[in-house]
Amino acid sequence: MATVENVIEIINLNKRFKEIVAVDNLNLKVLRGDVFGFLGPNGAGKSTTIRLLVSLIAPNSGAINIFGESLKENRKKILTRVGAIVEKPDFYNYLSAYKNLKILSKISGIEVKSSRIFELLELVGLKERYKSKVKTYSHGMKQRLGIAQALLHDPELIILDEPTTGLDPFGMKEIRDLIIKLSKEENKTIFLSSHILSEIEMIADRMVIINKGKTIVEGEVKELLNSGTLKVTFEVDNVDKTKSILDGKSWYKKIDSISEDKLTFTLEQNDIGTLNKYLVENGITVSAVMPKRSLEEYFLKITSEAN
Amino acid sequence: MIYNLFKIEFLKVFKKWRTYIGFLAVGVLVPLVHLAMYLEGQNSLDFITRDLRQSFLLVGNLLNGYWISYIILNVIAVHIPFLITLVAGDLLAGEATAGTYRLLITRPISRMQIVTSKFLTGFSYSALLILWLAIVSLVIGILVFGTGELLVVRSEMIIIFDKSDIFWRFLLAYGFAILGMTVVCSLAFFFSSLVENAIGPIITTMAVIIIFIIISAIDVEIFRSFKPYLFTNYILNWKEFFNDPLDMNKIINSVLVLGGHIIVLLTATAIIFQKKDILS
Repeated sequence: MATVENVIEIINLNKRFKEIVAVDNLNLKVLRGDVFGFLGPNGAGKSTTIRLLVSLIAPNSGAINIFGESLKENRKKILTRVGAIVEKPDFYNYLSAYKNLKILSKISGIEVKSSRIFELLELVGLKERYKSKVKTYSHGMKQRLGIAQALLHDPELIILDEPTTGLDPFGMKEIRDLIIKLSKEENKTIFLSSHILSEIEMIADRMVIINKGKTIVEGEVKELLNSGTLKVTFEVDNVDKTKSILDGKSWYKKIDSISEDKLTFTLEQNDIGTLNKYLVENGITVSAVMPKRSLEEYFLKITSEAN
Repeated sequence: MIYNLFKIEFLKVFKKWRTYIGFLAVGVLVPLVHLAMYLEGQNSLDFITRDLRQSFLLVGNLLNGYWISYIILNVIAVHIPFLITLVAGDLLAGEATAGTYRLLITRPISRMQIVTSKFLTGFSYSALLILWLAIVSLVIGILVFGTGELLVVRSEMIIIFDKSDIFWRFLLAYGFAILGMTVVCSLAFFFSSLVENAIGPIITTMAVIIIFIIISAIDVEIFRSFKPYLFTNYILNWKEFFNDPLDMNKIINSVLVLGGHIIVLLTATAIIFQKKDILS
């Protein structure tokens, strides 16, 4: 059986800023090819963790292994294979987008061809403005340039800290599609921190939710969303008849709300089919079953439990 | 790699307008001194040599490019440090202010390489500024006023150097000035590694220089014991190259003290930057 490589492995990581504990014994694993969602409320320690991952700050204890090697001992070697956006995109404002990318490629010790730079600028929709100084760019344009610089040296691991912040819905979709493309077609591993939970839900395979610097839950996005109870709305032809059929049964206690032609229940995943069958067998026409378990609800539930 | 990084840092520095303030200031001030000397220089020279003329007959072109360059070096060398801090104080802190530390440090280069390339850039800027001062004062001075003997008034004597014995003294004096300005650059660079806003290191370095100059100038017992430890006490020792004979002990001592300051400040900067958490 083939083993899946851990691209990132964080072991018992701790980071304090004086008396404030920002990362508290954090453990997580990111597998090769993952689009890994990194979630947490404000102040959870997401940015600190990302800064630790790219060696902007040093941990107080614990270890970070990337590509199976210690970041502390092999920093330079590892960073040749990592591209990152850390928080808001800042560039040398007095230089053009092209010049910024050229300089960054040279700093990386890789002579990236002009054609590659133009290819990236086209990919993020900035080719027409390649000569303009970055100080004339909007936040969204800088964000796009941030993505271009992260991809500049064709890294295997891409760490993106809220990459769609400041983009319009069209731009957000473009970036989401790009992330999916990079993952599926180019087998890049993406570590994606985002406040936009639907974004993680749409594109991440695995995720972790952290709070107060600790891992609250980690696993496959689909599995996590399907575990536990969820809200399910049944659209029926006759609400009153449905109520009377369920009266006295255990289902009745699980009704959450009732509207003109809908009943919403709090159910286990396995109960959905059973209830549907029961209603149909009792002469109710069920025109739709709508399970509603968004990441947002899950996130709120998990983080409030942790608090 | 360091050479590549240095080229990039150099490009970054010279893409900023503040870099040109120093060159502009020297480019404006020095010709103004030339103009003033052209109009009033003879009166100044007569005033300085009034006692000498009672005993000696002074002949030749004493109001020449060398003498004016010497005066300019005396006057302007005190102010050049302030121009150096504008750039050196921004070298590290400027990256923090702009948020570009994140771009730099997430690249596969070591922090030591960053510090080294940035310091070399600061040193190059300091050297170029002194070189610019030399070109503007000496070259324009000689073109406008010609050459001649150099009259140097010291507290206890007046020395007149033959015109064939002057140029090398200027070369060494400008070289020494570069060393002195590198100490200033190192100090501003050190402060720049501590904070995340370029204004802080610029103002702090200026304040340190002003305080040290004041302490050096006030000749009272309480300050006298500090003076050997103040770098400002050695920066103006380029004047020793206009002495006859040269006081080599004083020159070598000054070079060692200034060199020591650079090594200590640069080492401290490297250690601080190596351990610095980048939170900007």
